[in-house]
Amino acid sequence: MTIMSSTKDATDLTLVFVTEFNATPEQVWEVWENPRLLEQWWGPFLYPATFVRHDFVEGGESRYFMTGPEGQIAPGFWHIESIDKPRYLAFVNGIAGEDGEPHPEIKPMAASMTLEAIDGGTRMTVTSRFLSTEHMEWFLETGMEEGMGQALTQIDALLA
Amino acid sequence: MSDEDVDRLFQALSDSTRRDILQRSITDEQSVSALARHYDMSFAAIQKHVAVLERAALITKEKRGREQIVRGHEATIRTAQGVLELFEALWRQRASQIARILATEKGKP
Repeated sequence: MTIMSSTKDATDLTLVFVTEFNATPEQVWEVWENPRLLEQWWGPFLYPATFVRHDFVEGGESRYFMTGPEGQIAPGFWHIESIDKPRYLAFVNGIAGEDGEPHPEIKPMAASMTLEAIDGGTRMTVTSRFLSTEHMEWFLETGMEEGMGQALTQIDALLA
Repeated sequence: MSDEDVDRLFQALSDSTRRDILQRSITDEQSVSALARHYDMSFAAIQKHVAVLERAALITKEKRGREQIVRGHEATIRTAQGVLELFEALWRQRASQIARILATEKGKP
């Protein structure tokens, strides 16, 4: 895996993250489509995700929850807006309430994912735009930020 | 930064005109009247947007003669940058986990 670029626009709270994998677009698509693979990477370290629903079709809905080290549960959802296998996915990702359904007042974030075949692999571009504070507050409250910082150090150590 | 500060920050950045005003004031200080000329909006409407940005501490405003001069407030902009860095860290982690899964899956028949 090579991280090609990561662009942050603070005035617009958008992150564009580009990475390349040594695999075909179909194989990378599979880690998004197959919920048993998706839950192995969607949650941050120490916060594994469990997908209880994953309708990977246009207009489809996903429901998941992440479980923290002290048993904290953070439910979330996806709504698939547009899908073109194995090239493009547009979805919203938001916080769910205790019933597991989308929170009526919290704005979800808008995300898209593009896969392109390149020489020797696949380039994945993920764009996320944040419009609400709740995701971040949850990260801060659970201490996930600290976990992510540690993981970042570990990854940098591996790449060094 | 308290929860209220963070809320104000996100709310201030949720509007495209305000993001544009902020972008202009980061590069160069601007008078409110000069800013207003860029938009198809009343001076009062622009003043309101400027006030929202000022409450979120994204810009600072000072009076100079009859003009109000605004400029981007670097510390707060860095905080917004920090929020994005947090999400960037999450995506780095996700990418490394995907790479691990791909390496394992490819070994399967």
